Formats: sequence, structure tokens, C-alpha cells
Amino acid sequence: MKVLGKPRRRVDGRAKVTGQTRFADDIVLPRMLHMKLLRSPHPHALIEEISTEKAKAHPGVHLVLTGKDFPITFGILPVSQDEYPLAPEHVRYVGDPVAAVIARDEQTATEALDLIAVRYKPLKTISDPQEALQNPEPRIHAYSELGNIHRLQAFEFGDAEEVLAKSDYVFEDLFFYEGNTHLPIEQHAAVAAVDGEGKLTLWSSTQVPHYVHRALARVLQLPAAHIRVIACPNGGGFGGKTDICNHEMVAAKAAVLLGRPVKICLNREEVFYLHRGRHPVLMKFRTGVTKGGKLTGMHLQTLVDGGGYGGYGTASTFYTGALQTVTYELPRYKFEAARVFTNKPPCGPKRGHGTPQPRFGQEVQLDKIAERLNVDPAELRLQNIVKPNSLTANWLKVGSIGLEQCIREVVERSDWKRRFRKMGPGKGLGLACGSYLCGAGLPIYWNKMPQTGVQLLVDRSGQVTAFCGATEIGQGSDDVLAAIIAEVLGIDPFDIRCVTGDTGITPIDLGSYSSRVTVMMGNAAIQAAEKIKAQIADAASGELGVSPERLTFANGKVGSLSFVEAVGLAEEKFGTLGAVGSYKPPRGPGRYKGAGVGPSPAYSYTACVVEADVDPATGWITVPKIWIAHDIGRTINPVLARGQVEGSVYMGLSEALMEEQVFRRLPPRLSGALVHKIPSLLEYKSLTSLDMPEVDTVLVEDPDPNCPFGAKEAGQGPLLPVMPAVANAIYDAVGVRIDELPITPHKVLKALELKRRGKPGRVGPESFPAVPYPEPVVVPPPWEGGDGHAVKGSERPKIRVPAS
Amino acid sequence: MSRNLHLSLTLNGEPAEASFAPYKTLLELLREDLGLTGTKHGCELGECGACAVLIDGQPQLSCLVLALECQGRAVETVEGMGSGGMGDGAGLHPLQAAFADLGAAQCGYCTPGILMTAKALLAHEKNPSRERIKEAVSGNLCRCTGYQQIFEAIEEAAKRLGAEAVSKDER
Repeated sequence: MKVLGKPRRRVDGRAKVTGQTRFADDIVLPRMLHMKLLRSPHPHALIEEISTEKAKAHPGVHLVLTGKDFPITFGILPVSQDEYPLAPEHVRYVGDPVAAVIARDEQTATEALDLIAVRYKPLKTISDPQEALQNPEPRIHAYSELGNIHRLQAFEFGDAEEVLAKSDYVFEDLFFYEGNTHLPIEQHAAVAAVDGEGKLTLWSSTQVPHYVHRALARVLQLPAAHIRVIACPNGGGFGGKTDICNHEMVAAKAAVLLGRPVKICLNREEVFYLHRGRHPVLMKFRTGVTKGGKLTGMHLQTLVDGGGYGGYGTASTFYTGALQTVTYELPRYKFEAARVFTNKPPCGPKRGHGTPQPRFGQEVQLDKIAERLNVDPAELRLQNIVKPNSLTANWLKVGSIGLEQCIREVVERSDWKRRFRKMGPGKGLGLACGSYLCGAGLPIYWNKMPQTGVQLLVDRSGQVTAFCGATEIGQGSDDVLAAIIAEVLGIDPFDIRCVTGDTGITPIDLGSYSSRVTVMMGNAAIQAAEKIKAQIADAASGELGVSPERLTFANGKVGSLSFVEAVGLAEEKFGTLGAVGSYKPPRGPGRYKGAGVGPSPAYSYTACVVEADVDPATGWITVPKIWIAHDIGRTINPVLARGQVEGSVYMGLSEALMEEQVFRRLPPRLSGALVHKIPSLLEYKSLTSLDMPEVDTVLVEDPDPNCPFGAKEAGQGPLLPVMPAVANAIYDAVGVRIDELPITPHKVLKALELKRRGKPGRVGPESFPAVPYPEPVVVPPPWEGGDGHAVKGSERPKIRVPAS
Repeated sequence: MSRNLHLSLTLNGEPAEASFAPYKTLLELLREDLGLTGTKHGCELGECGACAVLIDGQPQLSCLVLALECQGRAVETVEGMGSGGMGDGAGLHPLQAAFADLGAAQCGYCTPGILMTAKALLAHEKNPSRERIKEAVSGNLCRCTGYQQIFEAIEEAAKRLGAEAVSKDER
């Protein structure tokens, strides 16, 4: 490898340290107006009347929009087109937008918001899953499957009950993972403008310009070809910018109506309302184990608190069960899930999308199993790892698995064998693992087209410009694009210009989500670069009298020619040069309804050891060091790869110890509304530089044949094992189980107190409510004679899509 | 609409004049009236540190400073750190170069605020310990990096600045 694997400054590094990276809110256009949104103060209410006359008459106001101006709904998934840009009659959480003011400046727009009068008729608030199950009415959405249950899912891969009944041990554990939010430092912003040709451009801090483009065409009823969405570099995403946002739709409509650019930048409080963050999930695991420590089967039930809208929720709910099978062999598996609507900001995908919650439960339960069986938790995991190139019970095709080496690395580097269970009072080590997708197998809306494309422009100047719809959210996708093309063409990554995330001039890429970009864009980039390389080699071989396959492309040379000379010869021979590449993942082997969530071209693997010091007098938790080993397949740029892994460790530790998006009811004299506890960066606790421990990072390379040069993802998987490793370390330190996140000093003290009183030293959920799960879809696993289809008659009818 | 105020200040080493609405913060003055969008904002409540600039050499949160307080003062932003010229290593302050080389900027949104804070630290302490660095940037939130590579970049910049100072002395 000439470029890959070597530490390098990222290609967009200079712009980031000089303040030249242009984020959405940095865009200023001539005659630009500013927009503010009026948001509902009620968690659940009907709008009886909106009066906007005074606001319209306010000096400096150009336009006031309400729900009446937006008859068409949108939503990221085809099955949840349940959002209006501005709510016309029904508000579903505190912060649901109901009106917009567009004015000469932000100050004037803010003043005019106060002049809009809305008469609400409050409805009963549904505040949590328990209330949602108990109160089918009032319905938050008419299209939900049953009362306020948005979606129900149930699958059985082999007879789990039978295998549990026969197992030597069955472990039954309840876990709860509190919701939390992405907290990107950049607040969402968007600028919409009509260009000289009468076409619409939207610049936005979005991770999914293609999906925003589609939604704009639908909501504004404009031809999609007359819309261009430019994803500005995101100031942090983490999943928080993967949904289609109200403000994007409304700003675009305002620009279309006014013929002037319109900008909106959400304030921090509004970012908390926009949310789309981690779903709170209650989980019940029943896992069978043999005396020898082999897992026999699992029955997992999840109850997912969705908030006020569908969003990605249906997929998130599938993900609370889809990936339990790709780490450890599970001969039989039953999964039941329910997502409920509640009157809170809608939840969605945050780093790990739906999988960190059950990963927490699974890995803490394994720690309990190891202790009961008196085996080392690392050994227990090693003996259960899924075999490479195999199928799982739920028909996922797994390729390369570097997990064994990951476990061995963290065990050795943390001196695990000598220190685990032997560190003395208040000090402990905990281990956990995880695995994640390298891109979702299927696109969000059904189609057979590529999920990503790369187009190359190469000319006699020697310039190579790469066009791709991929969105740079800080993860380094531009650097990956440049590095892969540079590797193929034997040039310096800095000699490549990347033009990305622009639906008007770049080929499709579905977005920066599900850790898909390196694998999918990378494969498309190789395809495009190889085509150009073949043309250059053909032309150069004629000149040099060497056969094309004997020509080396390295260090800016093609054989003995300079790259520029060789490109000139190719342009002479073939005319204007250009090439395209595209990629779509292989079809997963599952053939049952629901098999679309979980398949991926490859899976990444991670192992983590956390050291924790716990003060038994105060419950205070200090984490001095974390060891992490991540199977990345192949490292493209070790500087960035390490940054992704350590950023994941940071976010995971922050979620383990403090992050929570929580709500409280105002006292009755203040409306009794359910409101966000304190939507501010100060009160939403996250780790600072002072709290961050030393991190020892190892990149394990087990290349996967489906991936570009074998490279897997690094941005999400490494977060997964951190939270359970923290919980397991706390148990090693003070002997109490905190089976819910975040693990606060208060919960540790409570568990220690229970233990002192002779009760189980545990804090966590005590019961799992009766959820009306449907009869499961029955799919025999591969080793029980299945072919990937469900048993006839066990699949339920398709869920109706609500008309808008 | 109230009348604009007028002020003179030193901006990135050059004399500058500005006319602005009286309610504006220094952050708004820089971004909206002076076109210096390198300074970012994450809360406008003094909680995230993204908007840190140097006022008379001291790191300050520009979202909490009224623009009219800056009459006659020296304000420095990320745009003033390096010359911005082209060529190998040219144009970047050693902190900027180290941040770019060592992965201290991922999304780059908190970066300008951290660079300014680190610059003030290194102006006072040539070789700060890891603990001092952690303390100095503890008011700057970063959601991407996990901070490790930021600490390392500041340490590396201190080294490079030290080497520069030595070579100047030798001359």
C-alpha cells in the first residue's frame, strides 16, 4: 500500500484549522432573510385557531407561514410519512413547530413570534411506555398499529422456548437504557434560495442530502430535477442530522414564495426539541447456557419509547434485536419488540442506531453468566464467537471476524488475567464486546439502483476531481475518497479535489448513516479509478512499449512517465476522460418480511476493557483508563481511524456515566406539561476534557473481501462495548449491578445500601409490562433446514401506509 | 429599530471599524457584520466554548461579550492565527499545523475556539503538562475526538514552538 495505512493530515484538515470550512450557518447571500419557528408549549394538544395578523403587520416581517400552507406530510421511512413541516391541527411534543416568521433579521423574526396567537385545546399527555400501553386514547397518531403502540414486531428463529427449557441454566435479566441525545456542537442550520434559472437550492447541515431532496420534491410539489440539496460539512452529526427536518421544508417553501434567500439556524434549546436521539429501551433477556458455557438460545423482548413521531423508529426498533446474533453463536433466537408513541421529542438513530441498548444488556448478562459459571468473561466470549463466513440464526451473512484478536489484545494490554477480580476494594476491570454494520444492506426506500456513485474528472492538467454524494460530517469521508483514488492511481491524496454532498452535481450517495460510507463509496471509488487507470495504462503502454499490466502507478508516476504526461496521452487517445463507479450491497440471504434490517456487506468487531475506581462512601465513579481494540478490516488513515475509535469511547463513556434526555412534569399551576428537564449544554451533562481517561487504542486488521481494500467501518461499532464494560467494571470494583444507564453515583450508593441490608445489590428495572406482542414470524435457522423464508402463514399482513 | 453604534478596535493585528446594532454580541459582530465566520457558536449561552476568541490576549467567550465593550481593544480570531499563505507548512500557526496533522480537528466546529484557548495557554506556559492542557480546554466541548488527539496536538505545537524559539535565539 502506498497511501493506505500511513498516518496523514486529512485532505480537508487545513480548512478546518483556519476557519475556512463553510458550515451551513456561515453562508450569507445577498438579500437574505431570516426565519424563526414558533413551537408548541404543550406536549399534546389540538390547535383550535392560529392568528397571525399582528405578526404579519410587524415592521420587517416578510412572511408568516402556518400548517395551512403545508398540506403534504413527509417522513424518512415510507411507512412513517407522519410529519408536517408545520403542524396544522395536532401537536405532539413541547417544541413541535406550528408557525414560521420570515423577517429582515433574526431579532425581528423573534419579536414577531410573540405576536402570533395560538389557541390550543390540551389533550391528555402520554409520557412513557407504561402510559402508552395503558392509554390507547387519545391516539397520538391515527395510523399506529394498536392504540398508542406504533409498531409491533415478533420473530422466532427456531423454537427458543424448547431450547431454553432444555438448557442447564436460563438467565433472566431486565435492563433499561435511558434516552440521550447527539449534542453536535453545530446547531442545525439551513439556507434556501431560488437561483437565476428559477430552481431551488437548499444548503443544510444534513447527513442525508438525498433524502432531504426527495422530501422537498414531495412537500413542495416541485420537480425533483429542479431541486438541489447541498450538505454543508456538518459540525458533528452522530445521527442527529439523518432525519428530514421541519425547518428545511419551511425555509425552502419560504424561499420559493419570496424569491429571496431564507436562512434559519436553530438555537440550542431547539436542537434538544428536534432530538431524533437514542430511544429509551426497556429490555428483557432470557438466555440459555450449557454447563460448559455455550449459549443455547435467547429470547429478547424490547419496549421502545419513540416520542412523538415515527421517524426512523420502525428501523430503530428492528435494530434493538437484529444484531444480537452476529457476535456470539446463538442456535435459536426469539425477538419481540414494540415501539410506542409518547408526547416527547421524537427519537431516532444515534451512533449505533438501536443496537447499543440491547448490546448493553447482552454484555452485562454475559458478565453475570461468566460469574455464575465461574469462568473468565473473556474466555466465555472467546468460546462463543461466531465463525467467520457463516450464517446466523436470523439469516445474516457474516464475513471476516477479527474479534478473537481484539479480545486477546485488550486482555493482554490491560493485564486482565492478573488484575480482574483481584484489584481490591473500590477498583475494578470490566470487559465487553460489540459488532456493527458496515452499511445497511437496503436503501430506506425500495429500489434496485446503486446506493452510491463516484464520478471522476481527469484532464491534461493532471487534476483528478472526484464527485460523490457522500456527506462529510467530520468522520473523514472526503479523506477516504481521496485516499482510495490516490492508492489506485499512485498519486498524492492532496492532488485530488473532492466535490461531495451536492445532489445537483454529484452522483447519488444515500448519506452518512449506518457506517456505510467507507465501504460503499470506497467500492464505487475503486471501480471508477480502475476504469481511468486502465485508459491511462493503455495510452502510456503504447508510448513506452511496455504492456499495460506491467506499468506501475506510484509516486505520481506511470512507469517512467509523469502522471500528467500519462494523462495527456490518454486524453489524446480516448478523448475527454471520465469514469463512473457505483455500488450496491449484495442481497442478504434472508427472505422473510423484516429480513431487510440487519444485513450488511460486512460487520466490524470491537473489544473493550474499562478500569473503574468507585468510592463506596459517595458512589463517585472515576475511570482512569480504557483499552479498546477494533477490527477495522484495513486502516485507510490511522490518524482518522484512531479518532473515530476514541471519539466513540468518549461518547460511550459519557452515555454510561451521565448523558440522559429526561423530562419532568411542570406543577399543575404551570400547566402540568411534560417538559424537557433543562434543554441546555450545561445541564445536559457530558464528559469534558477533565473527565476523559487515557485510551489505549489498537486497530486490528482482518480485511473483508466485500470492503474496499478490506476496510470496514470505525465510526459506530467502537461505542458499543464501552457502556457494558463500564457496568461490568463497577461490579468488579464494588460488587453491585447497575442494570440501567446512565450509571450515576446515586444509583451506585442505592445499590450498595441495598446490599448492606442483605438485599440484592442491584439497581435496575424490576418488571416488564405486559406487551401485546403478536404471534411471531417463524423462520427456521439455516441449520434447521430453513431456506431463509418464513413458515407459510406466520407472516402478518403488510402495515398500511397513512395517506397524506 | 435602534440606530447603529460605531466602534474602532484592533482586529487580528489591523485597525478596524465597525457599525452594528447595539444589542449585538462580539460573536454576532464578528460573524454577521465583519464577515469573520471562522468563529463558531454552539449555544450562545457561554456553555460550549466554540466562540472563544482572544481579547487583549485573554481567551473570552465572544457570545457573552457585548460588541460595544470592545472599543479600543485587540481582538484575535482564528482568521488571524496564520498568514494563510500556500506552500509546505507555510501559512499555518504551529497549533493549526499540529491540529491538522494529528487528528485534533474532526468536524472542525469546536476547533477555532480550542485553537484560541490553546494559543493563550502556550503564550503563558511554554511546556504545559497534560493536566494543565486538560484544565485549559475544559471549557471547550468537543463531541468528536474524545480529546486525546487535541491534547497531543497542543503538546506537539508546544514542542514545535519551543524549537522555533530556539532556532530564533541561535540566529
